[in-house]
Amino acid sequence: MSGEILGVLGESGSGKSTLAASVLRLLPPNGEISGGAVLFEGNNLLQADYQELRQIRGGRISLIFQEPSLALHPTIRVGEQVRQVLAAHQSSAKKELAERTREIFNRLFPEDADRIARSYPHQLSGGQRQRALIAQAIACNPAIVIADEPTAALDPVTQAEILAVFRSLREVLGLSMIFITHNPALLSGFADRILILYAGQVVEWGPANSVLQSPRHPYTRALFESLPPAPADSGKNRKQMLLVIPGSSSPTSLPRKGCSFEPRCPLKMDVCREFEPPLVKLGETHILSCFKYQ
Amino acid sequence: MEPILKVENLVKRYTKRNLVGVPQEFLALDSVSFTVSAGATLAIVGESGSGKSTVASCIACLETPTGGNLWFEGKNLAHAAENELRNLRPQIQLIFPDPASSLNPRWTILDIVAEPLVVQGKLSRSERMTRAFSLLERVGLSAEIAERPASELSGGQRQRLAIARALTLQPKILILDEALSALDCSVQAQIATLLIELQSSLGMTFLFISHDLAMAAYLADEIAVMSRGQIVEHGPAVKILQTPASEATRQLLAAVPQLSHAPQPAAQR
Repeated sequence: MSGEILGVLGESGSGKSTLAASVLRLLPPNGEISGGAVLFEGNNLLQADYQELRQIRGGRISLIFQEPSLALHPTIRVGEQVRQVLAAHQSSAKKELAERTREIFNRLFPEDADRIARSYPHQLSGGQRQRALIAQAIACNPAIVIADEPTAALDPVTQAEILAVFRSLREVLGLSMIFITHNPALLSGFADRILILYAGQVVEWGPANSVLQSPRHPYTRALFESLPPAPADSGKNRKQMLLVIPGSSSPTSLPRKGCSFEPRCPLKMDVCREFEPPLVKLGETHILSCFKYQ
Repeated sequence: MEPILKVENLVKRYTKRNLVGVPQEFLALDSVSFTVSAGATLAIVGESGSGKSTVASCIACLETPTGGNLWFEGKNLAHAAENELRNLRPQIQLIFPDPASSLNPRWTILDIVAEPLVVQGKLSRSERMTRAFSLLERVGLSAEIAERPASELSGGQRQRLAIARALTLQPKILILDEALSALDCSVQAQIATLLIELQSSLGMTFLFISHDLAMAAYLADEIAVMSRGQIVEHGPAVKILQTPASEATRQLLAAVPQLSHAPQPAAQR
């Protein structure tokens, strides 16, 4: 939805990064999209030709990766890297590009914008590098920004700052986001809707409040219960065992029938092993895929 | 009871020469002092650059302090001779943040766990293998994967392997330097549970260094908060978290993302 933040919650192996790459058809050579559709502004991106895709990537839909130090060119000043993104998508004069670059940096770096723009990535802190990446991502006023674990490499204080940056971009620019993370707590007070991925399938989705406060799918519930209590509450249950989901997520390369979470599910039934669970509606907008709630 | 570890006025200064050869100093640790009781867990928390990893490196004897004392079981690690350190280092083991780069991906799991014993040279091959298998079982890695290369392990499995390797020489202290930070949330719970269980059965002392205040709060008996090379607050975990005295602690607490419906405000700098 326009102006919406969609949180995609998934752990390693859930397919979250593959999902992000697939939207823009950026899969590696051995990856193939074999079905489904990606509908954007009236077109199916899976059928777009190369020229269209090139314009959309970075221009209409941009992607922010997890490791800012890998995504930024080490020997090009960050201001120039943002300018290059603009030049690739807009045929504006040099002066206009410079003006727009300055505008973007002022938005993301209220103090020190010029100094940061002239810096190389190694001269910046982790949080500053991530803001530089965000600058690249919003340069062409895209409709959607897909951010894949953008705060994973940052400490919590910087993490909170970056989340605040995203919130303000949504308020001021009406930016829509797909925010991918493995940490449910980051989505609280941030995402509008949440989608939970497990082993390559969507197991639950709905409005953020509904999913976070009343999770239903056994995986979602187990995941939330495996989080340590809030620091202020830790006195009550210190060192009481966290709920641990036994085993690990199954490799999706093995085709299996039945529910992919079944081997680790505390509520599993015989039918779960044989058939894929149906979609069940809890209310109009909160949906999950589980036999238990049929 | 005497604490197992006593850090006294620890100073660590790094000197670099800039492009024109002028030396520049960076004071990473500015007279840090604390003690740890045997069998307890002390969490050292603080934002990036606060010096917490430098403390870990000094205690693990990977770096030599510029000043101060590090008392471990009556010996001063900061001034010990190399041959003494060689005997003391195995007793303080370190687990690193990145499970991928701290293990040789081409070695088998079994070889990685057994390596410290090979270097120590006291056990026969079959004794080493027995010990290695028993350690793998201890940390929840099945014997079936023992001959596989480390590159085939997931992040959580690699940290289990790092813990198994660290336990090989029966250390008294385990330093976990952001050891859980790179792992998925549910995997963090698995490893945290393993650590609690190991501590209770082996009586080990843990130093848990992290910027994840929620996990530190969960695992630690005491918390020391660092900021800019100094300890700004130190006390029982519950007290520090419920009645923080310093601004640094309050900032860290405010930044902890929580699974509640109240939106967390961004910490003010």
